[in-house]
Amino acid sequence: MTRKPFSYLLLLAVIIAAPFVFPSFGTQLATLWLMIIVALTWDMTGGQMGYNSLGNITFYGTGMYVAAVITIGMAYDVGDYTNAAGGGIHAFTDLQYFSGLFLGMLGAGLFCAAVAVIVGYVTFGLRGPYFAIGTLGVAIATGELVSNWEWVGAGQGIALPVYPGDLDTGKVLFYFLFAGTGVALFVFLKWLYKTRFGAAVNAIRDDEEKAEAMGIHTLQYKLATWAMSAFFVGIAGAISAFQLIHFEPLETAYQTINLGIFMVVCVLLGGKGTLWGPVIGAIVFHVFKEVTWTYLLGWQWVALGALIVITVVYFEGGVVGWIMSKRSERLEAREQPNDAAVGAEQ
Amino acid sequence: MDQIAGNISLLFQFPIVNLKIVLDGIMIGSLFALAAYGLALVWGVMNVKNLAQGDFVIAGGYISWWLVENGVHALLGVPIAFIVMWGFGWFIYRVIICRVIDRDLFTTLLATFGLAIMIAQILNLLFGSDTQSVDLGYNTLYFFDGFIDVPIAKLIGVLMAGTLATGVIIFMKYSRMGQAIRATAQDRRAARVLGIDTDKVYSFTFSLNAAICGAAGAIIVMVWIIQPFYGITHSIRAFVIVTAAGLGNLPGVIAAGLGIGALEQYGAIIFGIGYQQAIAVLLLLIVLIFRLSQQRRVRQSLQ
Repeated sequence: MTRKPFSYLLLLAVIIAAPFVFPSFGTQLATLWLMIIVALTWDMTGGQMGYNSLGNITFYGTGMYVAAVITIGMAYDVGDYTNAAGGGIHAFTDLQYFSGLFLGMLGAGLFCAAVAVIVGYVTFGLRGPYFAIGTLGVAIATGELVSNWEWVGAGQGIALPVYPGDLDTGKVLFYFLFAGTGVALFVFLKWLYKTRFGAAVNAIRDDEEKAEAMGIHTLQYKLATWAMSAFFVGIAGAISAFQLIHFEPLETAYQTINLGIFMVVCVLLGGKGTLWGPVIGAIVFHVFKEVTWTYLLGWQWVALGALIVITVVYFEGGVVGWIMSKRSERLEAREQPNDAAVGAEQ
Repeated sequence: MDQIAGNISLLFQFPIVNLKIVLDGIMIGSLFALAAYGLALVWGVMNVKNLAQGDFVIAGGYISWWLVENGVHALLGVPIAFIVMWGFGWFIYRVIICRVIDRDLFTTLLATFGLAIMIAQILNLLFGSDTQSVDLGYNTLYFFDGFIDVPIAKLIGVLMAGTLATGVIIFMKYSRMGQAIRATAQDRRAARVLGIDTDKVYSFTFSLNAAICGAAGAIIVMVWIIQPFYGITHSIRAFVIVTAAGLGNLPGVIAAGLGIGALEQYGAIIFGIGYQQAIAVLLLLIVLIFRLSQQRRVRQSLQ
């Protein structure tokens, strides 16, 4: 037991040292943290509550847009800014930039949580695969609607101001924003899953009718869980918006078949319904993705589709599930000779 | 907003335009209904919700298009796409579907989604991302002083879709295999007890579904356009139709298919072609919510 806090401290040291040890991988590492955040938040509803959403990407895209609108709106008229797209008014003071970054993150998180509650009222009536299809529909429809909305730049998207200081410092800043959010989320979930709330959420997954009969207000729990996961995804989206500088609705913000599916695959790879599963899955998936993107260019999407199919069809429990089954096998193997020895003595 | 209002008032000024839109919608909707019928078959018999449905359609279309490029007559493309996609469906069943059929529904949903990505991307690599279509070179019929144009190619497409659908319905009703499929859909265990090889029934059903989709795609390439990434929209349409009509409700599937075709044409005229996918998705949401409230009422009446 005494080794546990030590290993966590070591992990924290690795997280802090990483961008300085591998400066050329700064953006890559930041993206890895983004994958970890979205995988962990997906597992909140998908793994722990049994509601497999395919539409969590809605909050990522909405977070991006909310952060952009807040930042721009504090300095200029948003409509004029997007109309000028690239021509003329782009000057932001340092104060405007950083207050926009901070308030944008906060606003994006809160707005997305509110959206989750409102959308959840409708979609949580759907069960099983209908919930997945319904939320996927929400994501696609939101993306299409935003891409036709002139005020936020329609299909062209929005260009945010560039980080005012040195570019390398900016990369480190974004890394630590993502990493900070990720660590905070992990610690929060570690605590949350041990509370009564976590137990209630697991009860909903195991048998919703019985949970309701036991006096759990299932809809409230479902809405609260989804709102919490939307809060963190919204923050991640806001940071992404500032990191990417320019984004457009269909390919970057509401990227239904990219990030929207990646988060699900990460969780399934790592192991559903576990705390470490999404983290491990995100790391494995990100490495796989970068390797195929580099060495199998052109076929990367086919490889990705194949990875999804193989993961789903052949690796039911994911990495963590596999390790757990191995461990229990080993424990059984260790115990069995003892039984035999006891039997022999008698 | 003004443009939308203008488009709507245009529809009232020229009532004849409505007739054209409805006709167009019904012609394209008959093909939607075909793909949706395949989905309802797989859904009802195997309880697999196939998200790669639309990609089967597009794959069939590309088979036919490729044959035409290599000098085969376009009308021959339909039966060939039917046969090739039959084999493809059988292969997919053996490799993927038979392993996920007993697992929870989200697993099958995700497995077929991965499959959908693979098919779309392979088609993209093989044939490029341009939209393609096949020109049959037939005349167009004009009615009402040229206000309504009906290309003969479209008429042939609708006729072929109708023939295929009738053939499948007769097969399901009277053949031994069709009876076995319907028996399995009703009660899987009872069917097995009575000596039906359900695994064979499943692989046959899934192959038949892929073949129907392939033929539908081969017709779509003659009357419309295809593109590697249009598959997801076709899948969503098929889901809308089946959810709206309910499983095992054949006249409902046909009616919903034709209705969706007409609604989408209206949406494209009123809001512009850019909203096509959004309209399909919003229809899905509306249908899901409507079904939900219906179910809730049933649950309440039970209590």
